[in-house]
Amino acid sequence: MTKLKFHWAFLLVAAIVPAVAPRFADLMRPIFIMAILALGLNILTGFTGILNLGVAAFMGIGAYTYAILTCDIYPFQLGFWGATGATVLIGLLAGLALGLPTIRLRGDYLAIVTLGFGEIVQDSLKNMDVITKGTQGINPLPSPSHIYWLLLGFLAVVVLLNRNLQHSRIGRAWIAIREDELAASCMGINPMKTKLIAFSLGAAQCALAGALWASYLGSSGEPGNYDFQVSIIALCIVIVGGMGSIAGVLLGALVVMGFNTIVLETLTNFLKAHQLIASNNVFTAPGNWKYMLFGLALILMMRFRPEGLLPSKQTKAELHPPEPPAR
Amino acid sequence: MSGWEVFLQQLIIGLSNGMIIALIALGYTMVYGIIELINFAHGDLFMLGSFLALTIVGACGSLPVPLVLLLLLLLTPLFSGGLNWLVDRLAYRHLRASTKLAPLVSAIGVSFIFLNIGLLWGGVPMNVFGLGKAAAAPKDFPVLVSNNNLLSSANVQFTAKDALVFVVTIPLMIALTWFVKRTRAGKAMRAVAQDQTAAKLMGINVDRVIGQTFLIGGGLAGVASVVFSLYNNTIYFQMGYRAGMDAFTAAVLGGIGSLPGAVLGGLCIGLARACSDQYIATRWTNVFVFSILVLVLVFRPSGILGSKHREKV
Repeated sequence: MTKLKFHWAFLLVAAIVPAVAPRFADLMRPIFIMAILALGLNILTGFTGILNLGVAAFMGIGAYTYAILTCDIYPFQLGFWGATGATVLIGLLAGLALGLPTIRLRGDYLAIVTLGFGEIVQDSLKNMDVITKGTQGINPLPSPSHIYWLLLGFLAVVVLLNRNLQHSRIGRAWIAIREDELAASCMGINPMKTKLIAFSLGAAQCALAGALWASYLGSSGEPGNYDFQVSIIALCIVIVGGMGSIAGVLLGALVVMGFNTIVLETLTNFLKAHQLIASNNVFTAPGNWKYMLFGLALILMMRFRPEGLLPSKQTKAELHPPEPPAR
Repeated sequence: MSGWEVFLQQLIIGLSNGMIIALIALGYTMVYGIIELINFAHGDLFMLGSFLALTIVGACGSLPVPLVLLLLLLLTPLFSGGLNWLVDRLAYRHLRASTKLAPLVSAIGVSFIFLNIGLLWGGVPMNVFGLGKAAAAPKDFPVLVSNNNLLSSANVQFTAKDALVFVVTIPLMIALTWFVKRTRAGKAMRAVAQDQTAAKLMGINVDRVIGQTFLIGGGLAGVASVVFSLYNNTIYFQMGYRAGMDAFTAAVLGGIGSLPGAVLGGLCIGLARACSDQYIATRWTNVFVFSILVLVLVFRPSGILGSKHREKV
């Protein structure tokens, strides 16, 4: 086994991409942002075992908060750092606000509440058009310079933070709760408090992803950008990569987003160049098969490799118990 | 138009839509009751049923309307029930011993596949699908059941469509109750829902019973898609998500796992939607419905008719 962990290798390679392949650098940016979002979800679903189906809502809250704080049609007009900091704080509070009343609910019910919350946030953003400008979104936003390095830097910080959290007292408490909530509480862990911390920290990270997304787009985007599909893509990233594994989540982001933006686009362009796509026939465009492949990948993954591509040691051992030694 | 007439009108609209939601909710609640799986693909199964219904209508051409209706009500439930059974057989059955998250994620995957099939189906070069142009666009479902008012009042509309909804759904629900309460297969179903291991020890083929549950739940979704298409006359490939969410909310509101609860929840959600459309604003209706969902879950997670669940050690 190599000593270099995948997540550090990923960051190192990402740091030399702009110099080696500038065309790919453009495609990498959304991958970084989605990786931050998925890492936020990973705290909840991966470490603590809480299924959250509404992370897009926190991302949307983050994006809109950032947009309102920086856009020149509003009185705040903070700079990038001030607005990002404030957004993370708002995300933390939003997570706390949703978590406080709902954290007692058992697994699936909590998942449904987060799903409902996602829909409520999305529709509210759409309907409160006095503040959010409806489907137009809030723009233009000032664009920070060196956005590639900024995003990569944030991703590195988030990876470092999550790694340290995972090995800290609270991180071990999260994992204990995931494994057995009752046993964990017998060991003196307060499950509600611990889960609530996971909930707000996860939400704060998702809001950060939203703020970065808005600064990358130069616009808050429209409310439809933060719908159920986004939450599901984040969940796919975590599951494909390996729940509770930071390296796994980075690989998952690369595979899932890369498939979406790089493979499908290249294939479409190739087919177009050879005139194999008929404009009046939906069956010939690869983009129209996207969800089919996505769905198949999820099902096959669950059937044959439920621990993900790069699982954490713990999950792997749990799902594939080692053979007992022969006597 | 007096206030009472407005309210009565919303009541009719709400109950008709509520009955359709209830049919879908029954599929959710039956599957959840038996294997504790939130079947995410159920809404999209309902959507595929509507696409099959439109295909049948297109293929039937100029057959008399009652015959077409009969064909729709026979073939569509057969198709959706069979498809639901097949999905269980191919995907979920292998995950029974796995973690609880695995079948759920699998169901999300199935829902994606159904969504994609719906998109491609919309591009089939048939007349009813607009000859395959604009696959993603909403499709018009022909008006087979008339829109004429059956009441003599000019202000309150009770159309043949509303009548159709009740004529189809109420006997179906009675039959389902009879099946679950009185037949041997229904008894086996309740036994598996209560305790799988004990049911297996009593000689019940658990996998077959779960398969039957998927078959019946899917069949109900198929009936719902026929009735929905005839009632609303527009179908599109993304409609499964909204319908599925409403139905799931209904199932939770009524108490998930409970059949009468699902029907009651469906009617409540139908009425809530209609009243919100009329008295609040259409664009806030979804927020209103989801707020109900969140509030019910926070304050009474077992729903209106559900039983209290105690965390087992």
